[in-house]
Amino acid sequence: MRIGVDVGGTNTDAVVMDGATVLASIKAPTTADVGAGVVAAIEGVLARSKVAPETITGVMIGTTQFTNAIVERRRLVPVAIVRLALPATKSLNPLIDWPHDLVDTIGRNVYMAEGGYEVDGREISPLDEAEIARIARDIAAKGLESIAVSSVFAPLNSAQEDRAAEIIHAEHPQAQITLSNEIGRVGLIERENAAVMNAALVQLSAKVVGSFREALKKLKIDAPFFISQNDGTLMSAAYVERYPVLTFASGPTNSMRGAAFLSDQENAVVVDIGGTTTDVGVLARGFPRESAVAVDVGGVRTNFRMPDVLAIGLGGGSLVRGDDEVTVGPDSVGFELTEKALVFGGDTLTATDIAVAAGLADIGDRAAVAGLDDAAVARALGKIHAMVEDAIDRMKTSADPVPAILVGGGSILIERDLAGVSTLSVPEHSAVANAIGAAIAQVGGEVDRVFSYEQEGRENAIAQAKDEAQAKAVDAGAEPASIEIIEVEEIPLAYLPGAACRVRVKAVGDLA
Amino acid sequence: MPTMKMHLDLLPDFLRGTAFLGTGGGGDPYVGGLILRQKLEEGADITIMDPMELDDDDFVVSVANMGAPTVMVEKIPSAHAMVECLRSIERELGRKATALIAAEAGGINGTLPMVIGAMTGLPVVDGDGMGRAFPELQMCTFGVYGVPASPIVLRDEHGNEVIVRARSNLESEWFARVVCTRMGTKSEIALYAMSGKEAKETGVLYTTTLAMEIGRSIREARETQSDPFAGLQHYFQTSRDKRFCTVLFEGKVVDLLRETTSGWAIGRVIFEGIGTNTGQQLEVRFQNEFLVAQQGERTLGMVPDLICILDQENAEPITTEGLKYGQRVRVVGVSVPPVMRTPEALAVFGPKYFGIADVYTPIEELV
Repeated sequence: MRIGVDVGGTNTDAVVMDGATVLASIKAPTTADVGAGVVAAIEGVLARSKVAPETITGVMIGTTQFTNAIVERRRLVPVAIVRLALPATKSLNPLIDWPHDLVDTIGRNVYMAEGGYEVDGREISPLDEAEIARIARDIAAKGLESIAVSSVFAPLNSAQEDRAAEIIHAEHPQAQITLSNEIGRVGLIERENAAVMNAALVQLSAKVVGSFREALKKLKIDAPFFISQNDGTLMSAAYVERYPVLTFASGPTNSMRGAAFLSDQENAVVVDIGGTTTDVGVLARGFPRESAVAVDVGGVRTNFRMPDVLAIGLGGGSLVRGDDEVTVGPDSVGFELTEKALVFGGDTLTATDIAVAAGLADIGDRAAVAGLDDAAVARALGKIHAMVEDAIDRMKTSADPVPAILVGGGSILIERDLAGVSTLSVPEHSAVANAIGAAIAQVGGEVDRVFSYEQEGRENAIAQAKDEAQAKAVDAGAEPASIEIIEVEEIPLAYLPGAACRVRVKAVGDLA
Repeated sequence: MPTMKMHLDLLPDFLRGTAFLGTGGGGDPYVGGLILRQKLEEGADITIMDPMELDDDDFVVSVANMGAPTVMVEKIPSAHAMVECLRSIERELGRKATALIAAEAGGINGTLPMVIGAMTGLPVVDGDGMGRAFPELQMCTFGVYGVPASPIVLRDEHGNEVIVRARSNLESEWFARVVCTRMGTKSEIALYAMSGKEAKETGVLYTTTLAMEIGRSIREARETQSDPFAGLQHYFQTSRDKRFCTVLFEGKVVDLLRETTSGWAIGRVIFEGIGTNTGQQLEVRFQNEFLVAQQGERTLGMVPDLICILDQENAEPITTEGLKYGQRVRVVGVSVPPVMRTPEALAVFGPKYFGIADVYTPIEELV
């Protein structure tokens, strides 16, 4: 018996699942202290399902709190940044491309020290241990307690970052340290950015994870709890406390995974229609397809594994304008839908009003839209369908029709078959797809490293990477028999000797 | 094109244009763009010089980064070491540089000479030695028309410096590549020291402003919600050297093969047609840069003409590393100026050098 929770900006959703069956679901308002909302949602859903807290074996939580904190520049702590690279990388200092208001929030406490690796594994410079100790004392004297450490080619060799952390810890025991090699991929600036954002979030993550713990304790739920990350796999609460940055894209990921589960489809396009936007993503083997381009979070460039999501300005609250040349969105009345839409006594024509007028939904006062011209309603509905069809078409990987899954409250806007779609499903419980996605998340292990195919042989190198990824999945709590390799990517490194190739492997499995 | 100043407002267009001219390679201009932006924000004064304003006895030097794009995103190019390379070549040849010129217009090496211009006060000539991006340093028109690449100064951040003097430019490339690998597969370099007269006669001229204008035409189309591809075609037709530009194919990546052979990222990408190309397939082969586009037996374009792969919607250039299954793109072909199409030029960077069986045929005759 599992509980899945999604802590969003507006609502906290919870579901209770017995294996593959959804026993009950609930939506409760998100509260300022998070914990109270989680308690209320779980209490409510337990009552509805009549399930005793003792029978719960796991609690999976998805949250957008950390993304929101970066985007809103709130609840962040000042950070000291130590880069191990000198004499290299002097042309670009840390925080170079950050929005000024975010730098004002976390400070510009930058330390450059000797260190780093060459692509072939040699040291650019050996670590200057005395210098690191001096830097640590300076950071302590300034009263900074969160530190990000980066070094050149740390994904190839983490030894210097690890040793620097030991030295810093000895000099400044209360400091919390984020190492870039534990977070990101090749690309110093993006990886360092991620480490700095993570360091800025450590206090919030302790608070949020702590409040989740408290909430479960209050509910007398003794089961382990997990938090979902960008790629739809789970992290232990202790891990999230250290790496909150890894939760950044878990919202869309959970909704897509939930959609996959509810519709029992592993390869499909997922259309999540909310109040303001429609997110379209692609499921490949049950997991969201990742974005290949650098993704900005709150104006900071990162190279996280993020789902490839196309957002268009179409939702239940979208404004509808014009007669012959009808437009829908991109602006929306948002959370004011229940005041401004015609069916709620307002004076604004929204997509929801169109759905009600067309008889697709029975929301609010139907009489308020009785006067709308049938032909105009049909044109607006046609436009809405065309927008969704176009978005699906842009995300598909082949011209063949694909199955599509419709989730989110705005799914009432779609009445008929969509072009380019083979089967369209609107599963039960689709309004809480996020919480379900969290509940069914798997655990994963990843390897992203450069191998020399000349020395190790391609087959050997890939086999080694797969073994390592599987071992990491087991470490993360996966049941060994359930582990599958879901991604193997090779990127040959141009100009490098020895047939160097970057190999990325991801393994996932069910929780043991 | 009169002499002009570089400024911050021009930077995004310029970077998009250098990515376009990179034809899939040349290194992502992001890092170089950040360094340049930092200089401009500090108030740097960078002059982009009309090549016709060069005196015949000016002393022009190329500065660049040599190595792997993947290394440059970790071990950030050192502007300081590039200045030191320039100083060494001046000492070596006993003359002070009076202007800089890019060896390569595409990718990161389009931006770095401006950084050095900012640090030294030297003007940067509007032009380069490749008119695009190429993988090897003998592939500059400077060399094609008789300017020796040697002496080449290679330098790392530690102050290690090696000067290569070779009897041919191809041999310069061989020896420099070995040194570069030992320096961590990234070296700051200065090379192709030449007179103003030589720069004017052997360079691919006005490619700096070309990059800015390519970037601008794509941006303006986006801002006015018009088709960026039509914008690009219109731009090239009316550009200074009246180039041919056409959309070769519209399609989706359905297969991608990449392998490393003798230090190169070699591979091919196959597109399945969409829109007007529905039912057809296109194959583009690459060696760091896109080399040749073929539809079945029919060749649609080949080096040195530009084959650029752009996002179908917003025309953003896509690099070979950024290609991924399912992407929707338009493949665009652009002619190169006559200086890059002579028999001497084709011997150095024509299809034959890259192992392509076809005899070079200008892109406008293929389509």
